[in-house]
Amino acid sequence: MATSAAVRSSMGLTLRLSRVIPDCSTCSLYRLRSCVNSAANLQRTGSADSFRTINRHLQTSIGLYHSEEGSSNAEDPEDVVNVVYIDRSGQRIPVKAKVGDNVLYLAHKHGIELEGACEASLACSTCHVYVNAAHFDKLPEPEEREDDMLDMAAMLQENSRLGCQIILTPELDGIELTLPKVTRNFYVDGHVPKPH
Amino acid sequence: MIGHKLLKLWSSGRSRWRLHEGITRCGKACYSSCNPKVCIVGSGPAGFYTAQHIIKARQDVEVDIYERLPVPFGLVRFGVAPDHPEVKNVINTFTQTAKHSRCSFYGNVNVGKDVSIDELQQAYHAVVLSYGAEGNRSIGVPGEGLAGVYSAKDFVGWYNGLPNCRELSPDLSCETAVILGQGNVALDVARILLSPIDSLKKTDITQPALEALAQSQVRRVLIVGRRGPMQIACTIKELREMVNLPGTRPEMVATDFEGVAEALKDVPRPRKRLTELMLKTALEKPGEKEQERRNKASRIWGFRFFRSPIEVLADPNHNKIAGIRLAVNKLEGSGEGAQAVLTGEEEDVPCGLVVSSIGYKSLSIDPSVPFDSRKAIVPNIMGRVQQAAGLYCSGWLKTGPTGVIATTMNNSFDTARSLMEDMDSGTLDLSAAKPGSQSISALLEKRGVKPVTFSDWEKIDNVEMMRGEASGKPREKLLKVEEMLQVART
Repeated sequence: MATSAAVRSSMGLTLRLSRVIPDCSTCSLYRLRSCVNSAANLQRTGSADSFRTINRHLQTSIGLYHSEEGSSNAEDPEDVVNVVYIDRSGQRIPVKAKVGDNVLYLAHKHGIELEGACEASLACSTCHVYVNAAHFDKLPEPEEREDDMLDMAAMLQENSRLGCQIILTPELDGIELTLPKVTRNFYVDGHVPKPH
Repeated sequence: MIGHKLLKLWSSGRSRWRLHEGITRCGKACYSSCNPKVCIVGSGPAGFYTAQHIIKARQDVEVDIYERLPVPFGLVRFGVAPDHPEVKNVINTFTQTAKHSRCSFYGNVNVGKDVSIDELQQAYHAVVLSYGAEGNRSIGVPGEGLAGVYSAKDFVGWYNGLPNCRELSPDLSCETAVILGQGNVALDVARILLSPIDSLKKTDITQPALEALAQSQVRRVLIVGRRGPMQIACTIKELREMVNLPGTRPEMVATDFEGVAEALKDVPRPRKRLTELMLKTALEKPGEKEQERRNKASRIWGFRFFRSPIEVLADPNHNKIAGIRLAVNKLEGSGEGAQAVLTGEEEDVPCGLVVSSIGYKSLSIDPSVPFDSRKAIVPNIMGRVQQAAGLYCSGWLKTGPTGVIATTMNNSFDTARSLMEDMDSGTLDLSAAKPGSQSISALLEKRGVKPVTFSDWEKIDNVEMMRGEASGKPREKLLKVEEMLQVART
């Protein structure tokens, strides 16, 4: 047990240094012990789940976390990526982001109502967004697992992607991400109920 | 005294005010009884997503979530397969909602028995029914009650630790299992039956289920559907998991796929990708490596199409099943609307286990609540229960028991929006103050019912995680309500 604990903590250190998981020690949420999403928080409680969580982040989340407090680097203009979110009411919300930001967590940081139920694990489709035509082709091809999850999204379109899989690069400057409008139908994807 | 305070606050020019009436016995500050109060029945994804949306939409609404079990989260805890832990991450979102200052969780409260809907409606401005579907559709054939026939709902409940499925003890000593139904639940059951034990050991599957599966003799699982490959209800992720399941090989009937490839041209992407994967698995000659893997596989799985159950056959010597009699169908029409029509042919399949995965079913909670027993839902328009002011519904109870967490999320947000509209427009009368949990808690106390709070649940949560650590599992679930309550009271 001691060996596995040592492995866990050194693994955690390695992952923090490589910025795959956040260095939560600088984040106020972590210090207040109120960050439920923090992998490091889970690690602190010593739960066996924490190792799995870290592994999950390593295997499934391709996004780099950024602490809620913002980066410690000074604002480098070459690092800035301008993003516009278009929310469900059609309102345009321009956001100044950085290279390496994850579109889902960026949305959360700015209070945009993009859900991420599975926390970037490619196990749901709640972060489904439409990408504007000009930038859609600049995104790397989705991996098969993303396509599988997209297949389950309501109102799938040609320009649909999962927000948790979009990592900002300089060439994505000006990208516009539209949140799909949830219809007021009985069945939100227009599905007609089958007789029992 | 109170009037004086009111006057002071009004004259200070604040347009929105809260009167802090002091701290109650339970240590929580009491906000003004003029705040809108909403009660949600059921703490699964529907309940929590509805709560989340309501709390975000209006800064004055207080939401109380009632749950029959001592533990929250519904099907996320009891339905999602143990080897799909990422799907359960949504619990973190729900936890944040539960811990919001304007949200309270009351577990161990049986709405319909401990407190009536009518009493809830008197205490709250609005009641949202989100209690899901705890029943199942019966197959409706002779022999259905024989030992060895289980509903998927119970089978899943058994390996996921649902307290009233604890004693299911399914007999896994047979070679062939037949699953009726081809949705994601059916595929979950097939996958759990055939997964290598080593991969299940590190999940939160219950210990008794793990031990039973370690002893299981089941080597062949047939997943049977009434219609054809183009109508299969599962999704591609689950199909891919079966195709890639270590130690197993697929066994399909090639003729089932006649005409399917040609029909794919104009089909929407999700159906197309799913069908292409099925075709590849069923018909394509595997490469050398894959062929080798299949040759070494000791476990078999396959779809059987165009088959409807007509009778479960009994073993005359032992009081259990010997097989299942299936009617052969043909399809009339195509696509989603295709109908299965009997041909008159029949087929007997020897098997020792039948799991019926043909759908969950909602039950009526209270005679005062309108209920459509044919569709098994609460009749509603956009979440507003028909002919029942102040009553709403969300989740499977609203639309029927299909859909994944994302579907339920959208569905719940829709209901929350209807509720918000009604509050804003005055359709819902908010002028009268309602006592909310104060009166309900008093009622429950009188009736000897002690609710489990969210921090009580966290004690249960911690005990489960600690117990799991000993065996390298994320948690070892408590299997009895009494045990849960014992921990909650510490």
